[in-house]
Amino acid sequence: MRYPGADRNAVDGVTLEVPAGNFTVLLGPSGCGKSTLLRTVNRLVIPSAGAVFVGERNVAELEPTALRRGIGYVIQAVGLFSHMTVAQNIAIVPELLHWERERTRKRIDELLELVGLDAARYSARYPRQLSGGEQQRVGVARAIAAEPGILLMDEPFGAVDAIVRRALQEEILRIVRTLETTVLFVTHDVEEALRLADRIAILREGKLVQYDTPDRILAAPASAYVRQLFALEPDIEKFATLRAKLETQ
Amino acid sequence: MSYLTTHLGEIGTLTLQHVALVFSALAIALAIALPLGIAAARWRRFSSAILALLGILYAIPSLALLAVLVRYIGLGAAPVVIVLAIYAQFILVRNIAAALAGVSPAQIDAAVGVGMSSRQRLWRVELPLAFPVILGGVRLATVALIAIATLGGYVGAGGLGADIFFGLQRRYVEQTLAGSIPAALLAIAADALFRALERLAVRRTTG
Repeated sequence: MRYPGADRNAVDGVTLEVPAGNFTVLLGPSGCGKSTLLRTVNRLVIPSAGAVFVGERNVAELEPTALRRGIGYVIQAVGLFSHMTVAQNIAIVPELLHWERERTRKRIDELLELVGLDAARYSARYPRQLSGGEQQRVGVARAIAAEPGILLMDEPFGAVDAIVRRALQEEILRIVRTLETTVLFVTHDVEEALRLADRIAILREGKLVQYDTPDRILAAPASAYVRQLFALEPDIEKFATLRAKLETQ
Repeated sequence: MSYLTTHLGEIGTLTLQHVALVFSALAIALAIALPLGIAAARWRRFSSAILALLGILYAIPSLALLAVLVRYIGLGAAPVVIVLAIYAQFILVRNIAAALAGVSPAQIDAAVGVGMSSRQRLWRVELPLAFPVILGGVRLATVALIAIATLGGYVGAGGLGADIFFGLQRRYVEQTLAGSIPAALLAIAADALFRALERLAVRRTTG
């Protein structure tokens, strides 16, 4: 996959198999191709070579709108529709899928509760009246409204402060556990990756450097680059050495 | 100002004619400009071509254009409405294209991401969000058309231009003013009305 005018492929020769129900984090610095890779899943980006399979099916052979309605998508900029209320935003995908009105209405209340917002207070509000953290909660509710099997999250908590981010991380873990959704989560934040991931895929300049569970990556980084990436966080390094010690004992 | 008091009913009729000329032209102009503006927002090449063409039409003096049209389709309201509709195109198309281009990329990305077709995206997200800005373009066009519609007085289309035209011809200042003052007031009123609508629309789209 190469963007026009770029001197290298944005994503190059990546083969990645994500187990259903897993929380997989795509980790790497900006420009490493992680967002591009994520966006090939719901066909916002079409690879110039290679294929993306969801289950048994090649996404290139599916109707893009139908494919996307079955995949939740959360972005850093949130992208709530500013002319619609919270309830209308959450109802988008159910409406595109022609759910019955009553079912959609019930689902909205259920979802607001799930993401920790009081339905009575928030349903009729407009996005502008919400804080950044609240907006992203609504963004998550909109993404999972029609119970998608897959949830794509592109630096979803990048724009909120550290305390809110921490709370949102815990909530997303709780939510995806109850839903048993397969999650692909893009971040450049190593700590966030370690906190959330069942598996981490580390990317560098469009190539997959290492793909494994956090424990095994910490215990056996595949290259100096990976070691350096994790060593940037002093706590993590301590955590890693501690873990290594425990394992040798 | 004896003319004003003795011809009040007539001035009222001419004002209504004037409004009818402007709004029928505006309706036709919008019906053409909306698809053109949407196309211009989607395709860059089309955008520069159509705006260049409309820019040329916009640059032709409206009186000259009217004279040419009268030569081919005769006197009356029709040539005036056509001139007004052509003149409004440039303002409306440019404005609609700019309004659509100004919709936030995050909301577009989200609209595509949730699985809207391009038509759903246009009607449910892009046009509603662009609406306040489009309304601003309609306001500019309306004010311009109210002024240009006075040319209707020369070609038997009625409207407030009739008083201006006959007043000038007879060197009767009061009759000229009986056309020009209501025309100016009409333009000011239209401007105020659309500004109020814009404020309302902005509040609606941004919550």
